[in-house]
Amino acid sequence: MDYLSQLENRSIYIIREAYSQFRNIALLWSIGKDSTTLLWIVRKAFFGEIPFPVIHIDTGYKFREIYTFRDRFVKEWNLDLVMSRNDAAIEKGMSKECGHLECCNELKTEALKKTLSERGYKALLLGIRRDEHGIRAKERYFSPRDASFSWDYQNQPAELWDYYASGDKSDHHLRVHPLLHWTEVDIWQYVKRENMPVVDLYFARDGRRYRSIGCEPCCEPVPSSAKNMRMIIRELEKSRIAERSGRAQDKEDPYTMQKLRSLGYM
Amino acid sequence: MKKNVIKLVFVGHVDHGKSTLIGRTLYETNSLPKEKYDEVKQISAELGKDAELAYLTDYLQEERERNITIDTTQIHFKTRKNNYVIIDAPGHVQFIKNMLSGASQAEAAVLLVDAQEGIKEQTRRHAYLIHLLGIENLIVVVNKMDLVGYDPDRFYEIKTDMIDFMHRLSLKPIHVIPTSARSGENITKTSSKMSWYGGPVFTDSLDHIKQNKQNPNAPFRFPVQDVFFKDDRNIVLGRVEVGSVERNQQLLVLPDGYNTSVREVVRYGEKRKSAQAGESIGIVLENHNDIKRGMVLTQQDQIPIVSDEVDGTIFWMDEDPLHRGDDLTLQCSTQVASCHLRAIEQRIDSSTLHILEENGKIIGPNEVGKVIFKLAKPIVFEPFSQVPELGRLVLRRGDSVYGAGIVNSVQQTASEKR
Repeated sequence: MDYLSQLENRSIYIIREAYSQFRNIALLWSIGKDSTTLLWIVRKAFFGEIPFPVIHIDTGYKFREIYTFRDRFVKEWNLDLVMSRNDAAIEKGMSKECGHLECCNELKTEALKKTLSERGYKALLLGIRRDEHGIRAKERYFSPRDASFSWDYQNQPAELWDYYASGDKSDHHLRVHPLLHWTEVDIWQYVKRENMPVVDLYFARDGRRYRSIGCEPCCEPVPSSAKNMRMIIRELEKSRIAERSGRAQDKEDPYTMQKLRSLGYM
Repeated sequence: MKKNVIKLVFVGHVDHGKSTLIGRTLYETNSLPKEKYDEVKQISAELGKDAELAYLTDYLQEERERNITIDTTQIHFKTRKNNYVIIDAPGHVQFIKNMLSGASQAEAAVLLVDAQEGIKEQTRRHAYLIHLLGIENLIVVVNKMDLVGYDPDRFYEIKTDMIDFMHRLSLKPIHVIPTSARSGENITKTSSKMSWYGGPVFTDSLDHIKQNKQNPNAPFRFPVQDVFFKDDRNIVLGRVEVGSVERNQQLLVLPDGYNTSVREVVRYGEKRKSAQAGESIGIVLENHNDIKRGMVLTQQDQIPIVSDEVDGTIFWMDEDPLHRGDDLTLQCSTQVASCHLRAIEQRIDSSTLHILEENGKIIGPNEVGKVIFKLAKPIVFEPFSQVPELGRLVLRRGDSVYGAGIVNSVQQTASEKR
């Protein structure tokens, strides 16, 4: 079996483990390349359908292209879309000027808390990968969170072979990370192989492209001439620049990501 | 693109240099973005140190401040020949469940020994756990050779002791290599300070790891994960653990023991007649009386044993010891059953390998036991040495995993149907 198929088969196994245990789960779709890949693989795992809702955390600051892409594929793939917004904070004018940690925490983590308390999902599927960030590299495939969403990273449960946490009664929900073992290049090779749609912000225009997308004010494009998937793969195989180098929340302080994640950030 | 990816866990006693060896390897093979090194330099300076390469994987603030790896992490790197996933595992006894979580994902191991301190408690324990996990590919690194003045006698002394200890576990290292990770000796380039050493440098030694190939003639085993109703049919979800399956093949459903056959092999977006080991697929069966998660589909010959009694070797991780007579939950692949610890035939110190007790009463934290479990219902087992996928056990007390082990042999019991 080729390498991409090995990665895909493992991810399908993990997705089905989560669904078989809990049924009441949801997928977190940021509309970026990773969570779109996850969504694609979930459709494969369940023969063309997604038997649970897809949550989009809308901060109001996302790129226009992200909203367009979302609306198109919600229809095309027949998704049960759940919008997650912290309207109170948006109305109060929360923005990156209040501090990245504060802004991400309010507009993303707090919005998600609200959605979870309304809907009671027992597990959330997320498209994070180990190679994105040293803190994400410390994750388990199944990672328990309490009601305040905190990640007890100093005392994670044992996770042996393909045996995953079964959901402790004291857990609020589980974060499930079916793409944890994929790298950025793996994702692009897979996107190309599957001829999967992605937001066109990833492709170079006027000598620049986005390697990682989220809220528009906090994403910087990188210099690049990669206009298509093949060129992106070639660029990444040579690149020595970090994937999230254009993401503001990674840069402010070396431990911002750790702090954000310990508070329940993705 | 063809690529070979080998998963490699780094183990050994706390502070013998695992994270530093990983950091040095990543650094010398140019495997990470430049800004990660700049960040490490900056943080090291803030903590008043020279660039600390261990920080490339020790990413938690607590890990950097305490100079200790708390949890396992994974990172990619490549040599000219292969791609590797490096799994860093903590060496402190307190974090052994994290070490096992990392090591259970690996197919090869690098065991580090500090040249000055020599073989310590976790060096031996980790070697034993690697052996229990069935990892046969092993490279021993005698690190911190700079602290013993690159003395060949000290190296050979440790090498002999390590080989003797491993011999007791039927382990044989592929190479034993003297290094200094901090100074970069024998990592990617031959060290001029150890010209007495004639073997490969560390990164070259990795290319001698042989990947385990699955036996293509292994009998078909398909633990059921779930059943999904789609287009008016029940699709049985799961992964082909070993062997292969094809349309119209006659199957047996265990533990119930009834016959059926394959109507369809399903993969979304593909027309399939068959599926191979490692594939997550769907199977539509001709008849399926109440099939559900925890059952196992197998071929009709070379069937596994169905039993409510199993002999295993287990490692216990909880602070609270396990007692003879305790009730636990046992999981083997997708099968889950309540179980009763009927006997502790041997209680073993997992570092010294000494037998602490025959016919014992308890298994303490970080001890190993050769045990017999009696299950509330019969399930499918295979000896770990024959079909590892159906010979791995985890043990839960309440909801948490506190024990892990392997199946040694399975008792035929009266409740077994064939």
